[in-house]
Amino acid sequence: MTYEITLITTMAISVLFALSLNFITGFCGQISLGHAAFMGVGAYTSAMMMKAGIPLIITLPFAAILAGALGFLVGLTSLRVRHDFLAITTMGVVFLFVGIVRQQDFLGGEIGISGIQGSPFGRVGFMTLCIFLASLFAFFSLIVKKSWMGFVYDSIADNEDISRVLGIDVTQYKLTAFVIGTAAAGVAGGLYAQHFRFVGPDSFGFVESVSVLAMVIVGGIGSVWGVIVASALLSVLPLLIQFVDDYKILVYSALLFFMMRFAPDGLAGITTRIIKKLREQN
Amino acid sequence: MLYLELLFQGIVQGSIYALIALGLTLVYGLLRILHVAHAALFTLGGYLGVLITNATGSLPLAMAAAMIIVGFVGIGVYKIAYEPLLSKPPFIALIASIALFIASEEIFRIIFGPYGLSYTNPPLQGYFELPGGFFLKYSEALVISISVLMLSVLAWLSSSTRIGVSWRATVTDPEMARAFGVNAQNVRYLNFFIGSALAAAAGVLVALLNNLVEPTMGSVPSYKALAIIVLGGLGSIRGTLVASMLLGVLESFGTIYIGHLLDRDALAFGFLILVLMVRPQGLLGAKS
Repeated sequence: MTYEITLITTMAISVLFALSLNFITGFCGQISLGHAAFMGVGAYTSAMMMKAGIPLIITLPFAAILAGALGFLVGLTSLRVRHDFLAITTMGVVFLFVGIVRQQDFLGGEIGISGIQGSPFGRVGFMTLCIFLASLFAFFSLIVKKSWMGFVYDSIADNEDISRVLGIDVTQYKLTAFVIGTAAAGVAGGLYAQHFRFVGPDSFGFVESVSVLAMVIVGGIGSVWGVIVASALLSVLPLLIQFVDDYKILVYSALLFFMMRFAPDGLAGITTRIIKKLREQN
Repeated sequence: MLYLELLFQGIVQGSIYALIALGLTLVYGLLRILHVAHAALFTLGGYLGVLITNATGSLPLAMAAAMIIVGFVGIGVYKIAYEPLLSKPPFIALIASIALFIASEEIFRIIFGPYGLSYTNPPLQGYFELPGGFFLKYSEALVISISVLMLSVLAWLSSSTRIGVSWRATVTDPEMARAFGVNAQNVRYLNFFIGSALAAAAGVLVALLNNLVEPTMGSVPSYKALAIIVLGGLGSIRGTLVASMLLGVLESFGTIYIGHLLDRDALAFGFLILVLMVRPQGLLGAKS
């Protein structure tokens, strides 16, 4: 059972993390190649506090606030640069994060922070907490998507300039998306620190940022259900395809490539097409 | 003396960056795709360079063969990966490109092993001794001269030949160029061929500098080159050259003087973000 519990916990944390990026990239249309940095900020915050004997639950709001504060700063840059320029700027943020953390002795430098104590609720309790928080954010995402706020985000993602002409305060909405998305990533980071009981600079780099973006795009950008399914699957896919052993990463990247090549609208798009086909047959 | 040496190291690194980033900027200028898998072609160039040199003993032959083969592989990448995705949102091609790049790293590892390959008889290992106790390796001198040579040839091609003019016309205004009878498809092929061949040349040169090719040798260029073309102003060739040199020199000085605060990559990206906040269109980019 321990294995399954670990697996489900990993899935839940990934779902929360991917949904947090979906809020920024999927809803608001702001591409980010550096989302792991915000998870990292949350993870380091929680890890430092837990090492000082503070329980995880109390550290999570701090993780969210610090990650959200950095998200606010990066959100400000999104007002200045757009599209591909923004993608590379956010990529810069994750390299800066890793580079800075690496040189800080109080954050454990290259070695990171280890020896974080296990959850007081036990494995099952912690798994429940992760599932609860992921579901909470999923529920919140669904509500936002259906609300007026979701429509405004659609319009910004579609065409920023037209939205501005329509009288939408684009600045404010973009910043809100960045703060909410990055704060949620911070919470995912706190859970990560508790789950693996270790944080290091290499756990939150460019590769992790690309993986989480891949989850969002494979799920179908903007689709809450699609992203949930894709992130749950992709987070444990390397474990599930362990039988291919040495070819694990090759299979993973090939799947990703063929997905983009033949079904760029993701799982959500595939499902929509299948449902449409079934309806036509009836 | 240390300054001069650092400056020189920076120029060598900058030349390599320029060769790699130029292909990327060509692709971006024409198709608006961030072509991460470009770095895989750089690695392929390095491997071909070492393999062919070891088999034939001739570095010039290896260089030429690597450039031509990789040039055609570049066209293949465009046909297979990008052409079908041109009408899709740009991040689709970006993710496809990243996936392709990761897959290629794995293929190099599986075929040639994780520890990489070296030259059996490493060419050009000697050095000139310049006045003032300053050493210039043959390989480093070659890097700079080859970069200058190739960039000059490219500049001449694009300004003084028919192909070059139609190519520049297509980059500036694809629709108008087509109206004047330029075959857009051929221009794209040419673009990928030249860009990939330059990356292959850079791969051969880096293999020479380090006497090593390894599966992961493309991982730093894969993102660093993106930073460079954004820094220069996406799609601007002159901007890319300036940014390459600037970043090469900046990293070379920066790692010595503020290396204890920021590592090489963080330094480069810190500078990038700083520049973009002041000039969102990059150093020499046109205002949109």
